[in-house]
Amino acid sequence: MKKFDKERVLLGLAAPLLAIVAAFLVTALVLAATGKEPFSAFGIMFDYGVKSDSQVYIINKATTYYLAGLAVAIGFRMNLFNIGVDGQYRLAAFFAAALGGALTLPGFLQIPLIIITAMIVGAMWAGIAGVLKVTRGVSEVVATIMLNMIATAIIGYLLQPGRLGHLDSAGTKVSTTPLPESARFFDFPTQPDPVWGFLIVAVLAGVAYWFTLSRTRFGFDLRTVGQSGSAAEASGVNVKRMVVTSMLISGAMAGLIGMPTLLNDSYEYSGDFPVGIGFTGIAIALLGRNHPVGIALGALLWGFLERGTGKLEFEGYDKEIVGVIQGVIVLCVVIAYEVVRRYGLKRQQRQVGEKLAAQARNSDNQEVSA
Amino acid sequence: MRRVSKITAACALTAALAVTATACGQSSTEAGGSDEGKLKVGMAYDVGGRGDNSFNDSAARGLDKAKGEYKAETKELTAKSGETPADREQRLASLAEGGYNPVVGVGFAYKDAIDKVSAKYPKTTFGLIDSASEQKNVASIVFTEEQGSYLAGVAAALKSKDGKVGFIGGVDLPLIKKFAAGFRKGALDTNPKADVTVQYLSTGTDLSGFGAPDKGRAAAKGMLDKGVDVIFAAAGGSGAGAIEAVAAKPGTWAIGVDSDQAKDPALAKYSNSIMTSVVKNVDSGVFDLITSVKDGKPKTGTNSYSLAEDGVSLTTTGDHLKDIQAKLDEAKKKIVDGSIKVPTTL
Repeated sequence: MKKFDKERVLLGLAAPLLAIVAAFLVTALVLAATGKEPFSAFGIMFDYGVKSDSQVYIINKATTYYLAGLAVAIGFRMNLFNIGVDGQYRLAAFFAAALGGALTLPGFLQIPLIIITAMIVGAMWAGIAGVLKVTRGVSEVVATIMLNMIATAIIGYLLQPGRLGHLDSAGTKVSTTPLPESARFFDFPTQPDPVWGFLIVAVLAGVAYWFTLSRTRFGFDLRTVGQSGSAAEASGVNVKRMVVTSMLISGAMAGLIGMPTLLNDSYEYSGDFPVGIGFTGIAIALLGRNHPVGIALGALLWGFLERGTGKLEFEGYDKEIVGVIQGVIVLCVVIAYEVVRRYGLKRQQRQVGEKLAAQARNSDNQEVSA
Repeated sequence: MRRVSKITAACALTAALAVTATACGQSSTEAGGSDEGKLKVGMAYDVGGRGDNSFNDSAARGLDKAKGEYKAETKELTAKSGETPADREQRLASLAEGGYNPVVGVGFAYKDAIDKVSAKYPKTTFGLIDSASEQKNVASIVFTEEQGSYLAGVAAALKSKDGKVGFIGGVDLPLIKKFAAGFRKGALDTNPKADVTVQYLSTGTDLSGFGAPDKGRAAAKGMLDKGVDVIFAAAGGSGAGAIEAVAAKPGTWAIGVDSDQAKDPALAKYSNSIMTSVVKNVDSGVFDLITSVKDGKPKTGTNSYSLAEDGVSLTTTGDHLKDIQAKLDEAKKKIVDGSIKVPTTL
């Protein structure tokens, strides 16, 4: 029995590693096709990516990506495809920034208030898709994509001078009122750059995710619904309620995505607030197999790639190459998981077949001897 | 089982090799050596970068000129969409660290990043386009888009048959509203009965309106159908669609933006319908800054490129403005001497 577990771990590790190695091979081919020497490119990326300031950058980036991966993974575990994480975090960050800029409370009150606002806004926005799904049968994929657009429009409408935005002195940038000093999250005073304190919250979110899914009845119900809605229904789980609840949780987690940037970096929401992280989160959740540790590794890898390719551009490589690597990794991950899954399935069938055959042989022998 | 472990082992080994081949702890910015004397110019473009046929390209022209005339060494980096303020800071810092001086941030998105990075590299001169920074070693380069647009408004009102003119903005950003405000004021000052339609292709953080010729075409068609006969499109790449739609209807005019669009290879075939273009000479701003650094007297503070010093102007390709040139010159004179104040917001 123990041996069997070891194999399963190996199988679990094989897919992501296979994917990454395959992705690097494909990227090497692409680089070679553009007339560049691929291995020196990887050398540059690795050399640069492990420098101390790069480490800080990667950790800070990964903090945001990790939260995005978790938000998407909650939906995945439930067999819900929450594409709307993107709109949820932007809307959440926007309202949180607007509220944070309008108030001046002591930090220990204001920071939690900003974070909770973001989580509530994210949850509400995702909840719309959840409610639509259970009451009207609207696919959450369609609903959340539409809600992304609507979120963009709402932010566009409200982020105007005279509404929730204000114009800078040069007259070219609209942003929400910057957060007061007291509402800024703490940093770890690492050298040469500080690591964002929000890392702690991300780690806590990861622990909460792991605990809820694998150690509580709720998590069990959620995974059951994800694997078979009808089976869960039959065993007494209220599936509709689970759909709405998990969308709410996914949205609340999405609300956290913008917080590291808002509370540790930009301190305001403006037109250049990062967009598209929700989609990055989908790739990272896939890469990490919805596992809290896997997602962390995926997020770090993503940060590393972005850091390394920034240097590649500096060294005269095409800046698009990072997009190629990331795209290839996601493709390879999907393919590798499928290959490994099929192999695992086949192996399992063979093992079961062998066992059955052995049993049959045994019983035959017994019959013969009897 | 055996096959699986082989694959896994191979993968693990590769990954482990890759990781252990590198050292830990050193900062990438510790090994920066700068060679004094040589002019090295670092450019950090906004999203789109060189080749956007618009704003970034205009800055790139200034860089190319410096490259040709001063044999400057250049390094160009481009923003990706969806990046954080930290990414922009990193981009500028890597240029400053690499010994590039000046380092130019193209676009107002670099404002906060330049504020922070310029403090860390006090010996480097930074250029900031379309925004203003208070830092000592930053030269802010701003343009009076509203003044150029005012002239476009004057021209539009004079050329329009019944005073119906239109403005298509890419995104409803403050910067684009400066164009709209100037255009409207110019049109209304010239013809008080003018009817100015203002339309944006996308709003807020959705910047797709700068790169959607189909949206530009649809918006222009809508205006043309309502009887508008002069359309000013300040919409980046979407403007091409608007110009195309205007060219399809005889007797109507399009006004281009940022660079002389009648000379744009892709739009040259419509040049008979392009009355003029409101150009913003980002290239001269960039070139002047590089020159100042080369001469050892780096510019600082806010450098406004207004109508007075031809920082913004109307192009005359095709001589479509000949009959109204006198009135345009008069308006220009009034703006320069201050008797006309052009608003920057609608």
